[in-house]
Amino acid sequence: MAVVKLFGAWLSPYVFRVIWALKLKGIPYEYIEEDLSNKSPLLLQYNPIHKKVPVLVHDGKPVCESTVILRYVDEIWPQNPLLPADPYDRAVALFWIKFADDKSPIIAKLYRTEDEEQQAVVKEWLEMLEAMEEHVLIGGKKFCGGDEINMVDIAFCMIAHWLGVIEDAAGLKVFEPHKFPRVSSWIQNFKSVPIIKYNLPNTDKIVAYLKRRKEMLLTSKSN
Amino acid sequence: MAEEVVLLDFWPSPFGMRSRIALAEKGIKYEYKEEDLRNKSALLLQMNPVHKKIPVLIHNGKPVCESLIQVQYIDEVWHDKAPLLPSDPYQKATGRFWADYVDKKIYDLGSRVWKTKGEEQATAKKEFIETLKLLEKELGDKPYFGGESLGYVDVAFIPFYSWFYAYEKCGNFSIEAECPKLIAWAKRCTQKESVAKSLPDQQKVYDFILEMKKRFGIE
Repeated sequence: MAVVKLFGAWLSPYVFRVIWALKLKGIPYEYIEEDLSNKSPLLLQYNPIHKKVPVLVHDGKPVCESTVILRYVDEIWPQNPLLPADPYDRAVALFWIKFADDKSPIIAKLYRTEDEEQQAVVKEWLEMLEAMEEHVLIGGKKFCGGDEINMVDIAFCMIAHWLGVIEDAAGLKVFEPHKFPRVSSWIQNFKSVPIIKYNLPNTDKIVAYLKRRKEMLLTSKSN
Repeated sequence: MAEEVVLLDFWPSPFGMRSRIALAEKGIKYEYKEEDLRNKSALLLQMNPVHKKIPVLIHNGKPVCESLIQVQYIDEVWHDKAPLLPSDPYQKATGRFWADYVDKKIYDLGSRVWKTKGEEQATAKKEFIETLKLLEKELGDKPYFGGESLGYVDVAFIPFYSWFYAYEKCGNFSIEAECPKLIAWAKRCTQKESVAKSLPDQQKVYDFILEMKKRFGIE
């Protein structure tokens, strides 16, 4: 049987995207934790261009970039499909996945930016929330994928779990649940799915880590 | 059922060129609609309400947004001719990775080359060339990124060739001197009718850039 390895980092939403996809499809894999401040030679060999996690290694061949990995996993193991079969519906799903992918690295910066820069990040968060509320979840759907989660739900995972911890680390509230009722329901539904529920990083641990990182960055700025 | 295909586009857009090439490769008849980006049409705003950007592919009244998604959609719907993505999932993943790399790097770095000057421009030029060299390495000895025939990564990347002259003039450097194999690849691509008729003249693009620089007060 082919060997599947996943190089990851304990707090990365991009890594969790792949973990959920593999578990949803029932694919056994070996998980290798990377210390992002001291990346292993193997990781650098498998991902020389970006030097990032996640990296999936299937049969010794590396696949990099979480969305590229998700699509690969979905194609190799077609059970519990993560994308619609119809080409048009798939194009729409891919549009929203790209939207989430483009926003995610920007919104992560909330905890380590200040003043004008932070306000610009808040604006990006609100755009993402509004898009979800007014477009993606329209029609009273339980999940972006309809009755079951799909790759679009997985792509928006930052909103489901990481938004709260980033707000705590930043000391700033961006998400007002009453303003985004569909998103609020979606967050609860998404986190109730067993594979998601039992595979989430510890929030206290992330907040502590982000706060430490914020301190380090502010100290190095003032030096 | 008669297929109705419309492309909302803007002539110098490398993103629009990707879809033009894909449609031409498949021999699809479509209506090309030029957008004035300073006065966007009601149709564009209706078909792409989230980003309000071109290109937008409208197939039988339904919009597909984002150029690489359009290329993949075209490849899937008209799959019987000139396949752009390989059938092997690992090769597909490799193609998607490199197309994503082009997306992340080329447009932004190229923009910094023509929009900035001095040290900022020097840095942009250096990073731009490094990026091109990585792509050149990935190409290797293959005639195309797709192998023996034009593929997904070729379609994603070749439109930027129409901007190379503008980058070179603005940045005062020669891309061919740094990446001769890449230029050879680009010339090979432009021999293909689908590419030749989809890319604007390089001088025309340069004139457009000069106009943009004037408009934005960039010297």
